[in-house]
Amino acid sequence: MHRTATTWATLTLGLALAGAVAADPVEDTLVVEAEEGTVDLVTTAPAPEFLKDTVDTIYSGWHYREDETRDLQRDDFDNPGMVFVDRGLDLWNATIGTDGQSCAGCHEGPESMAGLRATTPRVDAKTGALMTVENYVDACVTDRMGLEAWGWTGSQMKDMLALISMQSRGMPVNVAIDGAAASFWEKGKELYYTRFGQLEMSCASCHEDNQGRYIRADHLSQGQVNGFPVYRLKDAGILSAQQRFVGCVRDTRAETFKPNSDEFKALELYVASRGNGLSVEGVSVRH
Amino acid sequence: MAEDVKPRVKTPKTAAAGEVVTIKALVSHTMESGQRKDAEGNLIPRKIINRFTCDLNGMNVIDVAIDPAVSTNPYFEFEAKVDAAGEFKFTWYDDDGSIYEDTKPIAIG
Repeated sequence: MHRTATTWATLTLGLALAGAVAADPVEDTLVVEAEEGTVDLVTTAPAPEFLKDTVDTIYSGWHYREDETRDLQRDDFDNPGMVFVDRGLDLWNATIGTDGQSCAGCHEGPESMAGLRATTPRVDAKTGALMTVENYVDACVTDRMGLEAWGWTGSQMKDMLALISMQSRGMPVNVAIDGAAASFWEKGKELYYTRFGQLEMSCASCHEDNQGRYIRADHLSQGQVNGFPVYRLKDAGILSAQQRFVGCVRDTRAETFKPNSDEFKALELYVASRGNGLSVEGVSVRH
Repeated sequence: MAEDVKPRVKTPKTAAAGEVVTIKALVSHTMESGQRKDAEGNLIPRKIINRFTCDLNGMNVIDVAIDPAVSTNPYFEFEAKVDAAGEFKFTWYDDDGSIYEDTKPIAIG
């Protein structure tokens, strides 16, 4: 009898544990072996002031992925995203403008873009518009080079995005949320907490209330965008932050906003600010 | 020659005599399988890299026959025993006759 009781107790305990499947972010550190040497990336940081009541620590999405996926990002050779960075560099040097302009013609090496990814989206001082990296690229391509606009989520735009983001790798995300950015940031925050779609889910439903838990087979992260653009194994390609937003909103069974819409730009600013202090990862690897 | 084809190779710069070293070789290539159709329903002709070789000082290390089921941007990781300093030579053979090459020196030390 006694033995049976113990067995039941064990079984019940087992079921109770299985009922609440939660997995904390993996404790690990990210050091990337790059051509120029090793690069230390900050993947955990104290939460920004405005999040203090919500979370203590912010984690890069890297901590929520499997061992094999995390390892891919430790070595630039293994990181499939670097193929797209290389393509971006070719595009950077190519004389594609209507008058033979190239990115390199004005900006010299891509190193001149260092810091851009870390501080965008930001408000342009001249126009007062909220600008993402893509907005800056688009302005150059259409205004200065006289070309047809690149597709917002097309391969040229994303190759360029990958190259430009790599120049800020290792720099802490540091987007401004006050001053001219405040109104955009408030709008983004409102969107973050607004429930969309037939499933009536907001960003916070998954990435705040249930981060660390599983949604089917997916380990819910804090939804940080410091690693974007990412090489997504599922797509075998590069994914920008706003493309990810499209996927998330679609999964709530809603009609989504479009990339480069005012809504998604404001949301990108707000989500980026939640990761202020984490390193820009250049091109990260996720599944 | 196709655009966007770019070999990338990673080898150690030095090795002890007789040491077995790991080599990683990747080439960016769309690897069109010949099975897909375009928007009009026409078959897209096959265009893949069908052979990859690596030689060390003229001695063959690996010689791979590649078939259409291979992924885009094919990536090979393999080992080579280094007895003397010299040069690794990597060659990729494209269906259209193009040959892409890369070399990496290795020193004994």
